[in-house]
Amino acid sequence: MNIFARIYYSLRKAWKAVRLYLVIAGPGIVVMVADNDAGGITTYAATGAKYRYALIWFLLLLIPVAYYVQEMTVRLGAVTKRGHAEAIFDSFGAFWGWFSLLDLMIVDWLTLVTEFIGMTAALAIFGVPPWITVAGVVALMAVIVLNGRYWTWEKIALLFCALNLVYIPGAFLVHPSIHEILRTGLVPNFAGGFDGQLFFYLMANIGTTIAPWMLFFQQSAVVDKGMLEKDIPWGRFDTILGSVLTVLVAIFIVVVTGTVLPGVEIDSAAQAAEQLMTTDRYVGTFLAIGLFDAGLLGAICISLASSWAFGEIFGWAHSLNTKIREAPWFYASYFLTLLTAGAVVLIPGAPLVLITLFVQVIAVTLLPAALVFLILLLNDKATMGEYRNTLAQNVTGGFIVIAIVVLSTLYGVSVMFPSLFG
Amino acid sequence: MNTFRRLQATIADINRRYQTPRIAMSPAVRLSLMALRVYLLFLVALMVYRFVVLVS
Repeated sequence: MNIFARIYYSLRKAWKAVRLYLVIAGPGIVVMVADNDAGGITTYAATGAKYRYALIWFLLLLIPVAYYVQEMTVRLGAVTKRGHAEAIFDSFGAFWGWFSLLDLMIVDWLTLVTEFIGMTAALAIFGVPPWITVAGVVALMAVIVLNGRYWTWEKIALLFCALNLVYIPGAFLVHPSIHEILRTGLVPNFAGGFDGQLFFYLMANIGTTIAPWMLFFQQSAVVDKGMLEKDIPWGRFDTILGSVLTVLVAIFIVVVTGTVLPGVEIDSAAQAAEQLMTTDRYVGTFLAIGLFDAGLLGAICISLASSWAFGEIFGWAHSLNTKIREAPWFYASYFLTLLTAGAVVLIPGAPLVLITLFVQVIAVTLLPAALVFLILLLNDKATMGEYRNTLAQNVTGGFIVIAIVVLSTLYGVSVMFPSLFG
Repeated sequence: MNTFRRLQATIADINRRYQTPRIAMSPAVRLSLMALRVYLLFLVALMVYRFVVLVS
């Protein structure tokens, strides 16, 4: 075979692989990028302004952490063909099931509130009143969800994921010093020493990268998409790509605020966008558009995570492939969470910025309980068979659980005894 | 009232359906899980306290 024929066959093989991936792609990328939601953008913007580039190394550490956690849901969904809530009820009984479902419901709803906070704040920069934003978003999400196909919903979500990359050109526009980023950002250090604020920021950054709703969402999405055991390698690739993308976007946001707003107390991403507009109109606009997109993407996914979980347990039809009259409760719970969360941001004088940061921290505090169940499920030989966790995966999962519990404890101690850490 | 009764019946049905866990847990594992859960809820309560202090 001559060289041209060999190149032709290699390219054809590669193209076939890409096409196959495009069929399987979705849950991993969507869940990861959606986790760079409005709360996430606020957290990264505040982290960059407070610590400049000093915590970039910590964000990089979150790539394998996010991958290890989410990859488990891919295997669990593809092998058991059931969502996460149903898997917990079935494996551990109703008592633990209700506990997990309640956790999910509370954290999802709170996170959804933060998405509306981000979206209304972003559009307020362009003069749009909050009530118009809330009404417009609910209408837009109704159109997206009610078209009655998982496939269409996923492709629209992927489009919003692509918009999330707007921060990358934004970072180049502020001309950061690459040398300084490499020098101060890649060497593990705790700028400013150990104190309650550092614990808070570390936890908020973990909370924006892995959250309980993501476990429920990705597993249900894998099931709704109809992925099988043979698709697991592509599901893994999808998840690792999503993990890299989400952290990459986070780093670029940190670079933007670390370069332009160092030492400035940032309360919200919208405030950062407003301040950036005074120095560079385009970068500020990018940040505001990115914030709205992040809030919308987060809202689309988080509201679905709860509805999927309730549908699984209450036995309602719970697929995006069903019409509204076939799955009325699924869509009713979807819109109820959406409308009530949207209503919160319209309450005059509500401490919206503080809510955003605290929700991230509460979400990460509740995460270990969900992770322990996930690890136990992945060790069930009867259902997982050859796809059950290896020793190395269990050790990594255990380490992540312990690290989060320790960090939550340190933050708790700093709340109780503020003078202990200086 | 009817809707409430129906919901109550559905929850009772779910409790019946998932009464027996498929994965058997020893009392020690159950106790550890409960301790972890209570501890995490305590930490969340601390955070809520901090939130209330900051707001007021």
